[in-house]
Amino acid sequence: MDPIHQFEIKRLFPIAHIGATEIAFTNSALFMLIALAVILLLTLGATRSRALVPGRAQAVAEMSYEFIATTLRSTAGPEGMKFFPFVFSLFMFILVLNVIGIIPYTFTVTSHIIITVALALLVFFMVLAYGFWTHGLHFLKLFVPSGIPIYILPLVSFIEVLSFLSRPVSHSVRLFANMLAGHITLKVFGGFVTMLGAFGLLGWLGGLVPLGLTVALTALELLVAVLQAYVFAILTCIYLNDAIHPGH
Amino acid sequence: MADDARERDDGGRPPDDEAALAARLRHLGDRLRHVPPDAASGQSHIARPAADASAMARGFRLSSELVAGVLVGAAIGWALDHWLGISPWGMIVFLLLGFVAGVLNVMRAAGVLPAKTLDPPR
Repeated sequence: MDPIHQFEIKRLFPIAHIGATEIAFTNSALFMLIALAVILLLTLGATRSRALVPGRAQAVAEMSYEFIATTLRSTAGPEGMKFFPFVFSLFMFILVLNVIGIIPYTFTVTSHIIITVALALLVFFMVLAYGFWTHGLHFLKLFVPSGIPIYILPLVSFIEVLSFLSRPVSHSVRLFANMLAGHITLKVFGGFVTMLGAFGLLGWLGGLVPLGLTVALTALELLVAVLQAYVFAILTCIYLNDAIHPGH
Repeated sequence: MADDARERDDGGRPPDDEAALAARLRHLGDRLRHVPPDAASGQSHIARPAADASAMARGFRLSSELVAGVLVGAAIGWALDHWLGISPWGMIVFLLLGFVAGVLNVMRAAGVLPAKTLDPPR
């Protein structure tokens, strides 16, 4: 009945000890491994036959490749393709984790902010590192807009820096909040069904309404899961574009 | 005689033609009346859920951009207050700056402000 209960991290077995901290294998880690297995099965297993006319699984793998490649090329240009493995892994990881989370009795890894923050910070630091590595201090031009009078330039570039720093926050919170809110809503409506069911026949009839809503919400959640993986990937592309072309 | 015949002919033919034309017009009118609503409703049936979903995603994206700017400003302001002991000025200044950055984020995300104009020249 507790809608938050589904997000509980359970220790399955300990792996190692660092000082007094126990590193345990949790259900979160388990579902990450499951997602990894699904992705491997999809990308390696499905493309194994290398049929000229792809089968169903191979078509899915090829479509996801084409989808990310097109998105990356259109937002970050042809130079962005060197980041293709990164963006593709990120997209597939989040997509599979989100979609697995919809299945009842599973754990939604992306509904924990620590996961999404880690992914967003990975993108953030990659943009910083690649930007400084390829452009050196010219990368800082990202924060100095052109055509601004010199007397307000410090203020404007400061606001640009703040805007840049706020990127990982919105990047991570968006995915986390969508998954968390959706799963809590589903659980609450599911809870209504059982609560109304306790009132006898009339309750069972009344329970049909939240039951129907749960079915509809599940479809919506599937949409949100795919959409948020896509949004995460396309924002990664946009941010990487800044690192590749800071001065244009 | 000839005039009569022609008059009869003319008088005879136009009603036929007019009737045929009227029938075709009515037919066309009926078809036009039937086609557009069907096409329009079909289109809206297809477009509605997608538009709603993308509008929701868009709205959520814009709001999170604004909130992120304000949160980062508040966090920096709080940290400066804490470390430098200038409370409450850090919070006041940085919250406002964070709000400005959030609005800038929103304008960029919404495409109101083309990203290129605020970027340095090529």
